[in-house]
Order: sequence, then structure tokens, then C-alpha cells
Amino acid sequence: MAYTPHTDDDVRRALTTIGVDDVQALFASVPAELRDPSLSLAEPMDEVRLLDHLRDLADADASRGPNFLGGGVRRHFIPAVTRHLTFQSEFVTAYTPYQAEVSQGMLQATFEYQTIMSELTGLPVSNASMYDGASAVAEAALLAMRTTRRERVVASRGVHPETRQVLATYLDALGATLDVVDLGGLATPVPADLADAACLIVQNPNHLGRIENLEPFAEAAHAAGALLVAAVDPISLPLLQAPGEAGADVAAGDGQTLGVPAQYGGPHFGFLVVGERLIRQLPGRLVGQTSDVDGRRGFVLTLQAREQHIRRAKAKSNICSNHQLTALMATVNVAALGPQGLREVATGTVRNAYALADRLEREGFDVVRDGPFFAEFPLRVARDPNDLRRDLHRAGVRAGVPVPVEYGLGPAVLLAATELTRPDEVDALVAALHAVGAGRAEAVR
Amino acid sequence: MSGHDAPLLFERSRAGRRAARPPRVDGPPVEELLAGAALREVAPKLPEVSELDLVRHFTQLAHRQFSIDGNVYPLGSCTMKYNPKVHEDAAMLFADLHPYQDPESAQGILSLLGGLQHDLEVLTGMDEVTLQPAAGAHGELAGMLMIRAYHRAAGEDAQRRIVIVPDAAHGTNPATASMVGYDVVEVPTGPNGEMDVAAFEAALSPEVAAVMLTNPSTLGIFESQIRRIADAAHAVGAQLYYDGANLNAIVGKARPGDMGFDVVHLNLHKTFTTPHGGGGPGTGPVGVKEHLAPYLPAPVLTHGDDGWRWDEDRPRSIGRMRSYYGNVGNLVRAYAYIRTLGLDGLRDVAEKAVLNANYLRVRMAEQGYPSAYDRSCMHEFVARPPEGLRTLDVAKALLDEGMHPMTVYFPLVVKEAMMVEPTETESLESLDAYAEALGRIRELAVADPEAFAAAPRTTPVRRLDEVAAARRPVLRWSPETHEAISGREDEAG
Repeated sequence: MAYTPHTDDDVRRALTTIGVDDVQALFASVPAELRDPSLSLAEPMDEVRLLDHLRDLADADASRGPNFLGGGVRRHFIPAVTRHLTFQSEFVTAYTPYQAEVSQGMLQATFEYQTIMSELTGLPVSNASMYDGASAVAEAALLAMRTTRRERVVASRGVHPETRQVLATYLDALGATLDVVDLGGLATPVPADLADAACLIVQNPNHLGRIENLEPFAEAAHAAGALLVAAVDPISLPLLQAPGEAGADVAAGDGQTLGVPAQYGGPHFGFLVVGERLIRQLPGRLVGQTSDVDGRRGFVLTLQAREQHIRRAKAKSNICSNHQLTALMATVNVAALGPQGLREVATGTVRNAYALADRLEREGFDVVRDGPFFAEFPLRVARDPNDLRRDLHRAGVRAGVPVPVEYGLGPAVLLAATELTRPDEVDALVAALHAVGAGRAEAVR
Repeated sequence: MSGHDAPLLFERSRAGRRAARPPRVDGPPVEELLAGAALREVAPKLPEVSELDLVRHFTQLAHRQFSIDGNVYPLGSCTMKYNPKVHEDAAMLFADLHPYQDPESAQGILSLLGGLQHDLEVLTGMDEVTLQPAAGAHGELAGMLMIRAYHRAAGEDAQRRIVIVPDAAHGTNPATASMVGYDVVEVPTGPNGEMDVAAFEAALSPEVAAVMLTNPSTLGIFESQIRRIADAAHAVGAQLYYDGANLNAIVGKARPGDMGFDVVHLNLHKTFTTPHGGGGPGTGPVGVKEHLAPYLPAPVLTHGDDGWRWDEDRPRSIGRMRSYYGNVGNLVRAYAYIRTLGLDGLRDVAEKAVLNANYLRVRMAEQGYPSAYDRSCMHEFVARPPEGLRTLDVAKALLDEGMHPMTVYFPLVVKEAMMVEPTETESLESLDAYAEALGRIRELAVADPEAFAAAPRTTPVRRLDEVAAARRPVLRWSPETHEAISGREDEAG
């Protein structure tokens, strides 16, 4: 296939205009020994063969059926209208809106996104999006370090392990320290030692699904002169205390649950929302409202003096491309659901998660619970969690994200439910857990 | 493009209206289930609209948005080429895969990712590729962290504190070096548009950790001394970093690995057609030579007796750059592109990109917009406006012609810079129309300077007050600020 429109005549006309004999002459500045190396790639496919090939690959994978996977990514309701409106080619094939006069569509939608994220988190200023939840949390920590001029970050072990790994990568780059607070039971105890900490990072609900009470963390962080960064699941926010209500200084997280398909882990988007006093430390793009020469309302990228294309080595971050289209998808999805629909998603998730936990306990399995949880919970099992997950897949159920050893639960997996979980899918999971020998509570303990 | 006023979602909202409804789930009150949890006190104020309201809203917004699908979009260093529609269908096939499903149930997507890694290794001339970084700048960060880890392992981290970049470099290069704690030294551009090699060699020392280059440069000029540059950098123990933003000029025709680069990042949303999406998501795979492979971000995709799997056990890795494995939806699109074009198709891309850029370079010069450097270019070139005209005004006048301006005022080394990258997917008619529009604009500027300076007039909004936006930032909607700031009376209209 080819997407170049040139006819032979076009090529001749272009060469004549340029004043060279052939296209290769235009590559003369590339040293001859580097030019046109002998390479081997697969023979090209036409469109029909391409789609056949990709369907074969996709059919080899499990994309449908009962799905109890969580660990930061879950399937939630995404109505057809969300995808259709998001994937209009004007949005899909636009660049960053530097020419504001012809980019009002994406700029206004981003302003609406910023408003939605501000409402959900209870904090006033959202940027236009980050790559994902993990990098958003890492940038939140860097923001806290700039603000407090401190170089120690404290994070709960309840923060997603991959988020903490990304945090460690970013902090190591600057020689900063990351200290981790162990859980007490499934929840995070308020850490005693926050002296010299730039921030405390707590995830809610935490990686084991347990709901944390953010207020005491805000009090402890502020008493030590540190910021509280709340890493939150946005679909929990119609129900759970908003980070802003709890006194958090920064809310960060991954937006996948607001209406982006799982896509084997990406692209989703990250969000970063802060209090007014932190605006000028925010990384990434920001859209602001203004007016044009005729007094009409319009939107522009603003406060760009924070960014790499203006400040170069003195920028707040090197981020350039963000995840605007997936953030738009969440914006459309939130508007499609509305406040009532969003609350129904959150409520349905909680009800189904509790119903699942109760059912598994009745079946004799060892659910680990010591307080309120949102969408998921750990289940102790009698087998290696990776083998169990594989065998559940073979039994037709996608379930069983292994709980990392660092949590000290012994062999355990996370099970998640959402508003989409059906009773017959729960039956299938229960049958599969029995069939693969997940182990009843008495066997596990 | 529509010039009608566009109310905000929040202004369309009417209490009680709804669009989509999630499945109904009955059960006890959540307050009962979540006893002991801190619950929300004030409900979020979110828009309440019908499904048709929603469709009209985002359709009208789309009509207020310029796009490649609408018209020519020759932003320099951005590679705004056509994004094939079949790629969108391809990506949907893998939309419902979960990152934590058992690897045995994901062998299809994993073999696709393995195939893409291989293709990118072949095309860059690097030994190993990671697909994890989420964007070009994110790939830069990964690459620079690997370089630092390499120097650290050699016991030279304390000594090597400097990163050299040319003065024409993308802003992300110095910003990335700073995130890794390096000091940045800029080397000037020489009179022929290439990096001043004598100045470069003078800047080299055992304190240099890395040299970051874009080749061809942001001036659209290939650094013909690249082998000498690479040898000189390696002679003092520095690593050579390739910013892949401009790979479209040479894809399939020359390889950074052969030029002597140690690390390469690619922008799949440029050369490999994944859509820009109004600012993202991009994807920034990074390729390295063997000596840097132990430092690749974890996990690394491997293939063995049990098929494809993720290897988390990478003791010398720089760690993770992001959650999960990368922007897989975009990786599927890039794979589809490479597998449908093949090597010859990709070489044709580079050749037609360079042909188009040179054609437009000549046509723009005929219309009074001379190139900053009097030589042929690669995939892009930097021109200047006619004497006495400001680039900003020309750009705004182009909007009235229904065309998107080039990148303006970058690179910083050329005054009033107009950086133009037409890409290979534009026809000569499209390029002729662009040059002719620039010709009309030059005439307009002479004949009616006031009208010229007042452009654009036909866009959904006209020139916007950016100073006011920054001085008194309004970064979200609220009933109070909206009334106070817009002062509009005609809300219902």
C-alpha cells in the first residue's frame, strides 16, 4: 500500500522545478556509505490481508467473556456514542492547538475536561492531561519537591506497585529519596515520620481495593510542612470523599476508568489537579479562557512559560505530547453518563464487588477484608497466583491479578467487579475457582 | 469551519436530562455497604444533557477544529501526514485486552509487539528496542536515564555532568537533560546550517555525558559530518543520542545506528502515522546499542519455549517509565503501517517527503519567501517572510486561506522562522495552492496592510488575548466567572 499521491508526471514536474535530475540527488548530503543499506522487512500486505492477519492475532487472545481483572484497569460502561464522538477525524488528526483561532474545538473540550476533573477531585486547577496515572503521580512528587525544596518523598505501600516503580525512576534521576510506609492490615497507618518530606502519597482506593480515609494524612502532611498527594480512581469520586474535601494539595491518577478501553494498558491518560497556589509549578499544558478582538469568548493554551518549548532547560517538565484524545474520550463519556449515570456506575461497582465478596465467602473461599472497599479485594489462594490465573483463563474466565509478595498476604489474587459484572459471570468465576483448586479458607490458612 | 458561538457543556446542562444509562444494579444502599468510609459531601457539578445534545455539542466542536483530514497542515518537525483509516479499525481489534490477563491469553498482541520491536530495530540499526515510553519526550527521558546508568556503572557519573545540544534543538532536549540533573551546553549552528563542528569539538571534554542531535536537524539539513561528530563524541567517552522527530526524512534510507548513535527515540505519531489526537497520545519507543541494553526499562518482552512473556527480572534496568507496557493502541497502528508499506514503501515515504519539501521550498521562494539556507533540504526547511512582514501576521493570514500555518518562530536560530514540513502525503496541487496562498498574502500585505494585520477574519474566533489569559487565568468553568468574564448577554442565542 502507499499513501503518496505522486504520479510519474508529478515526480518529473517536481524535479524540474527543483532543478535536479532525480530524487536520489536530494539525499547527497547523506554520506554515501550510510545511504540505502541492505535491509530486510516482511513483504507488504494489502488491506484485506492486513486485517485477516490482525484478526488472527486478535482471535488468539481473550478479549470477551467473564472478566474480573483489576489492579488499576477495569472494564466499565462506555456507550457507543462516546467512541463515535471522540473519534471524529477533526479531533483525531489535529495537532496541539498552538493556532488557537482554528483549534477552538479541542481547546474548548479541554477546558471542559479541566472543569470536570476539578469538579470530581474538588481541587480548582487541572492541567490538560498527562501520559498515565503513574507518570502523573511521579510529576506530582516532582512538583512537591519544587514547592517545598525538599528531596524526600514518602509513599504508602498501598500506592500501585507500578506507580511506585515509576516514582522511583523519576526520583532517582534527581537523586531524591523514596520511603515506603507499610500497610497495617489492608489500610495505611498515618506515618509518624514526615519530617523533611516533600509529600506524602496515598492511593484511594489503595492497590488492594481498600478505601483509605484521606483526612488524617492531610493533617499529618501539613503539620510536617509536606503536601498530600492523593492518587485516586476517578470513577470512585462520585461516592468517595473528594481529595479537595479531605485537604489534599494534589490529586493525580489514571483516567482509564472514566471511559477509556483497557487496550492492553494504553493509551489511557493521567490527570493532575492542584490547589491555586501550585498553578505555576504545574507541568504540562493548560487551557485558559479569554476573548478575541471582537470580544467573543475563546480558549488558548496559557501560562506556557512553565513549558519546555519556551523555557527549555528551565522548564517544569519535559512533557510535550500529552494524552489529549483519551482525555477527550473521558470528557465525552462523563457527559454521556451525567452526574446520575456516573454515580450509578460507582454504586453498581460497589454493590457488585460486595456481592462478589459475599458470594465467595459463602462458597468457602478466603476473601481478605478488614473494612470498606470499592471495586476489588484480595483472595487468598492455595496455589501459585500466576498458575491460578493461567488456569482460570483456560477455564474461560479472565481473573486473578497476583498480589505482589511485598504485601505479605501469602499467595493471593485481586478480584474486581464493576457495574458490568453479571450474575452468570459470577457463577462462571465460582465454578472456575472450584475447578482449578483455588482453595477454601481452611486449606489456605 | 463553523463560526457560530459554541456554548460550554455546562451551559447546555439542564437538571434531570440524561444520555447513556449504565446497566441497573440493585442492592443495599451504598452508604450501608461503605459504612466507616469517608464519603463525598458535595456532589460534583457535571453536565446533564440528552444524547442528541451531546452529539450536537461535540460535532459542533469538531467543526471548530482544523485537522489534517480537513486541509494541508505543514507544521515543521511535526510530520502531519495522513493517518490511514484502516489503522483505526486495526486498533479496535485489541481494545478489550487487559494488561494483567495471563500472557498465554495475550500471545497475539505480544507477537505483534515483538514484530514491531524487530521492525524498528531493523529500521533504526539498533540492537534492542523498548516500546514502553508514552511520547517522544518520555522516550528522551528513558534514553538519557540509560546513558546516565551506563556512566554510573563505569564510575563516571560524578565526572560527566554536561549534555551538549545544538542551538537548533527541540526544547524537549535541554528540558530532558535537566530532568536527569545534567547541565546543558549549546553549540552554535554554522553558516551552512549544519552544527559548527569546530565549536562542537571545542565543547567536548571528559565531562560530557551525552550529545543530543536531531538528524536531519530542525533546519531540515542533514549533518553531513555525522561520522566525524560521532567519532569525536565517543573519543571523549560521551554517548550519542538521536532525537527521532525527523526520521521521516530518511526512514528506510539511512539508519541512526549506522551513523554511530548509541540511543534513538522514535515518535510513532510522526514517521509512523499514529494520529496526533489534538496533542496526544503519542508513543516514543527507544532503541539502544548492545552496551546499553541491560539498562532498558523493565519489563522487557522476551520469547522462549513458553511463547512471549514479560521479563520483570532486570537488575540493571533504569526501572519503569510508566504503568503497563506502552501505548499499545498506537503500537498496533504503527505495526499496520510498517507491514502494509514494507521496506520499499517506507523508502518511498522518505523520498517523496524530501521531494515535496524541496518542491515547496522552491515554490515559496518564487512567491517571496526565501529559505534561510540556500541549499536543498531534507523533509523540511526554514523560510523567512518577505522583507518587512512579520511571520505571525503571515500565519494568521493563512488561516483565512483555509490552510494551517507552518511552525512559526522555531528554530530560534533563524529570525522570523517559518519551519515548513509538507510531508509525502500532500499532492503537488496542494503544495501549489499553499505557495499561491502565500503569494496572495504578500500582495495583501502591500495593498491593504490594515486588512493583513487584522487577519484572521473568517475563523470561528479571531486573534485572542493571550496576555489577559495569562494575567488572570480562568482555567475552568464556573457560573460566576463565566458571567463576569465573558459578559455575554446572548446566552440563549
